[in-house]
Amino acid sequence: MTRYLSPLERTLINRLQDDLPLVSHPFQELAQELDLSEEEVAGHIRTLRDDGLLTRFGPFFDAEALGGAFCLCAMAVTPERFEDVLTKVNAYPEVAHNYERDHKLNMWFVLATESQAAISATAEAIERDTGLPVLLFPKEREFFIGFRVNA
Amino acid sequence: MTLTSQDRTIIEATQAGLPLVTRPYAVVAESLGLSEADLIERLKHLKAQGIIRRIGAAPNHYRLGMTANGMTVWDVDDAVVDSLGEKVGGLPFVTHCYRRPRALPDWPYNLFAMVHGETRDEVVAKRSEISSLLGKACRASDILFSTRILKKTGMRLRGKEG
Repeated sequence: MTRYLSPLERTLINRLQDDLPLVSHPFQELAQELDLSEEEVAGHIRTLRDDGLLTRFGPFFDAEALGGAFCLCAMAVTPERFEDVLTKVNAYPEVAHNYERDHKLNMWFVLATESQAAISATAEAIERDTGLPVLLFPKEREFFIGFRVNA
Repeated sequence: MTLTSQDRTIIEATQAGLPLVTRPYAVVAESLGLSEADLIERLKHLKAQGIIRRIGAAPNHYRLGMTANGMTVWDVDDAVVDSLGEKVGGLPFVTHCYRRPRALPDWPYNLFAMVHGETRDEVVAKRSEISSLLGKACRASDILFSTRILKKTGMRLRGKEG
């Protein structure tokens, strides 16, 4: 479900993907740029969040810097076994996200664990449980700038 | 990286989001029994350590009408994958871009770029833009559309001392 976005809302969605200054009045700069009051800026962002167009406003933490380990994994599962394998894989609390994709490798999930060793251990446990190979695609490098809506 | 118990308290108090008022840190500081200046100082320290990546918001692609998402994958010459990866990551429609190991012989791709669009056709057109950018350095590519979300759980720091 989508709704009309005003030009101001589009600008805000884009600007909020940059880094706001860590100061007492974080919306002051945006307010001056947009010729609004700080209250108005905060109010517009609140509406975007309450309407579900922004997931949240605040600090974004680097999950790995917080001490966790993450790894993208993929499996090739036949249609006959899909639901059975899915139940087994999703039963692991370490499986954070799981997506079905249209490829021979059709099950793609992210393992989130407390340590790097737990990644391999969990992947091996899933292999034993399902009898299928789990391919590991750890992040070697991240290239990221950000997503933009047409403003 | 060692987090103090105060850092953990601050992370737990802010990871679900800040109040949308003109002085959000003052509100959070008061609930933690800190001064606004001390909280900002501590957050700046976490930022300098790379624990905080940025202060801002994340868009909900589905609610913005970006319901098609394709994981585009590319087999790019190792000698230039990092410089080209920076360019792909800088495209406005690429939300995530990573270099990952290949899994030969089944999986020759070492560059992953997530592309969102309103329709699959739009995502396919964007894939062509990436293809032009990579040029001859790219030997093969594919696109994997998600057909179903099978599980999605939020990441939350557990409330314990590290």
